[in-house]
Amino acid sequence: MNRFFLIIGRELRLAYRQGGDAGLAVAFFVIAAALFPLGVGPEDQLLSRIAAGVVWVTALLAVLLALERLFQADFEDGTLDLLALSPLPLELVVLAKCLANWLLTGAPLLIAAPIIAVLLHMKTEGLVILTASMLLGTPTLSLIGSIGAALTVGARRGGVLLSLLILPLYVPVLIFGVSAVDQSLAGMGGKPELLILGAFLAAALPLAPWAAAAALRQAVE
Amino acid sequence: MSLFEGRDLLCIRGERVVFEGLSFAIDPGEAVLLTGANGSGKSSLLRLMAGLLRPSGGNLLWKDVAIDSDAHNQRLHYVGHLDAVKPALTVVENLRFWTMLASSAPEDSTAFALSIFGLSRIADVPARMLSAGQKRRLALARLIAIPAPLWLLDEPTIALDAQSVGVLREAILAHLKSGGMAAIATHSELGLPAKRIELGRFAAGAIRGRPE
Amino acid sequence: MHRFANPARFLRISVVILPWAAALAALFIATGLYFALFASPPDYQQGESVRIMYVHVPSAWMASFVYAGLALTSAIALVWKHPLAHVAAKAMSPIGACFTFMALTTGSLWGKPMWGTWWVWDARLTSVLILFFLYLGHMALLNAFEDSSRGERAAAVLALVGAINIPIIHFSVEWWNTLHQPASIFRMGGPTIDSAMLVPLFLMMFGFMAYFVVVVILRMRGELLARKIRVIRMARVAGAEHLSASRATS
Repeated sequence: MNRFFLIIGRELRLAYRQGGDAGLAVAFFVIAAALFPLGVGPEDQLLSRIAAGVVWVTALLAVLLALERLFQADFEDGTLDLLALSPLPLELVVLAKCLANWLLTGAPLLIAAPIIAVLLHMKTEGLVILTASMLLGTPTLSLIGSIGAALTVGARRGGVLLSLLILPLYVPVLIFGVSAVDQSLAGMGGKPELLILGAFLAAALPLAPWAAAAALRQAVE
Repeated sequence: MSLFEGRDLLCIRGERVVFEGLSFAIDPGEAVLLTGANGSGKSSLLRLMAGLLRPSGGNLLWKDVAIDSDAHNQRLHYVGHLDAVKPALTVVENLRFWTMLASSAPEDSTAFALSIFGLSRIADVPARMLSAGQKRRLALARLIAIPAPLWLLDEPTIALDAQSVGVLREAILAHLKSGGMAAIATHSELGLPAKRIELGRFAAGAIRGRPE
Repeated sequence: MHRFANPARFLRISVVILPWAAALAALFIATGLYFALFASPPDYQQGESVRIMYVHVPSAWMASFVYAGLALTSAIALVWKHPLAHVAAKAMSPIGACFTFMALTTGSLWGKPMWGTWWVWDARLTSVLILFFLYLGHMALLNAFEDSSRGERAAAVLALVGAINIPIIHFSVEWWNTLHQPASIFRMGGPTIDSAMLVPLFLMMFGFMAYFVVVVILRMRGELLARKIRVIRMARVAGAEHLSASRATS
C-alpha cells in the first residue's frame, strides 16, 4: 500500500514542480464551454436546455487532453521499464497514475463545472446532481482513458489516435452523466442513472488497469 | 545446473529473427560480457533476461525452474540506455523514489550510493541541471542503493568519464565478489574477468553454438 | 521459422475453399438481389423504398458479425499466440469497416424517403456509427507503429476492449434514444417482417457471409505474401551488413 501512495505522491509532486497540467485542463474546459453561447446564441432557454450536455462533453474532452501524457514521459525517459520491473504490480502502478491524473484534472473540474453550468443557465436544482454525476463519471473517464494512453504510448500521432480510440468508449458515461441531470430536472430524480454510473466505475476500477497494464507490457517489450 | 540459465533462446523483434539457438549460464560470482555489432541483439538479450521481453522460443531458468516474473523482478537490476531520471526532481529525490519503492533497501543506502558515485555534493540539485555523465551516475547509483543479485547493464559506460568508469568497475567487482551476477553489454573493455557471448554468432542463419 | 510453419496448411486449405466460397457468394447474392428487387412484395407503408432494407440489414448484421470475429481472432492471438490470428484480424478489420459504412449509407438513403431527412439518430444507426469509429480506431492503431507487430498486439487488446464495451454502448444508446424519442419510431427492419421478405433477406445475409470469407482469404494470402517479401528483404539487408563487416576486417 505504501508503494501505491508513493507513486501517487511522486506524480503529484512532478505535476506541482512542472506546473500547468491541472490548470490547463480547467482552462480548456472553461474556454471550450464558453464557445457554445458564442456558437448557438445567448438565448437562455436554449442554453439551459443544452447546459448539461455542454458541460459533460467539454469536461470529457478536457480529461482526454490530459491523458495523452499519462505514460508518454515515463516511456521516453526509461521510467516505464523500471516501473514494469518494480515490486508493485503494473496494474496497481496504472491505478495509482490514474488516481493522480484524476486528482489533477477530474477533481478540479468538479469545482469548475457547476460554475460553468450556472453561466449556461442550468437550473440550480440540477447543480448538485451534475456534480454527483461528474464525481462518479470522471474517474471512469480517467480509467478508460488510461487504456487508450497505454495502447498509444510510443505511437505516431499518439494524441489524435488516442481521441479516436477513446471517444467511442466514453459514450456510455456521457449518456448517463447527462441524463442523470436531465432526468432530475424533469422531476424523475436521476437516481438510476447515478447508480449506473457507479456500476461503470466499479467495473472500470479492476478492468481498466488490467487492460492498460497488458498494453504497457507490449509497449515495454 | 547454473543459477541463471537460458536455453536455446529465440528472439524475434518485429518480423526479424534477432538471434536463435542462444544459450547462456551464469553462476554466483560470474559476469557475462555481451559483445557484437549494433543490432545484433545485445539489448534484446538483456531485456529478455530482465523479463521485459518474452522469448519466442527457448527457456529462461532460475535454479532450474521456469522464471516467475514477480520473484524475478525483485532480484534484478536493469540499467538500460535511458537513465529514468526525472528532471523536475532533485538527485536525492530521484534515487529515494526507487529505494523506497524497492523497500528492501537499508535506511541510509541512498546517501551511501550517492557518495560512491560522487553525487553527494549535488544531492539537492534538480536533475535537469545535471550533465549526461551525472545522470548516468545517478542511474547507476541504484545498483548500490538497492541490493539485488543480478545486474543487467546495457552500455553502462556511455557518457562516463574514466574515473567514473573505474568506480563502476570497482562496484561490479565488489558485487561479484559477494556472490552477485552480472550481464553487461558493452563496446568498451571493462577489464572484468568474464565469460563472453558474442551475439553476431547467433544471428539468423548463423552457426548455432554455445558461448565460450 | 516457426512463424511461417502454419501458413502452409492455411494456404492449402484456402485454395480449396476459395472457389466454393466465391461461387456461393455469387449465387446467393444474385438470387438474393433477384428476390429483393423483383420477386418480393413492396411494403404497404413504404412502397418500393423498403427494398433498401435487403442491403441495409445484412450489412448491419455483418458489421457486428465481423467485429465478433475480430474479437475472437484477437483473443486467440493474445492468449494462444497463434501466428495466423494477427493476420486474420488485420484482414477482417477493413472489411468490417466497409460493411459498417455500407450500413450507414444505406441507412441514410433509406431514411430520406421514409422520414425526409438524410440522417436520423435512432438507436440502431447511432450504435452502428459508433461501431464504425471502433473499426477506424482499430485500423489506425494497426498502422500507428514503426514496429508492425506492436501495432498488431495493441490492436488485439483494443478489439477485446471494444468487444466488451459494445453491449454497454448499445445499451446506453438505447437508453438515450428512449429518453429523447418517446414516440415509437418505425424500427428499421424490425420484428414485423413478412415471411415473403425474409427469403431475400436471408439470401443476402448468406451471400454477404460467403463474400466475407472470400475477401478474408484473399487478404490473408496477400498479407502472408507481403510478410514473406519483407523477410526476404530484411535477410538481404542483414546479409549485406555481414559482407561489409568482413570486408572491413580483411
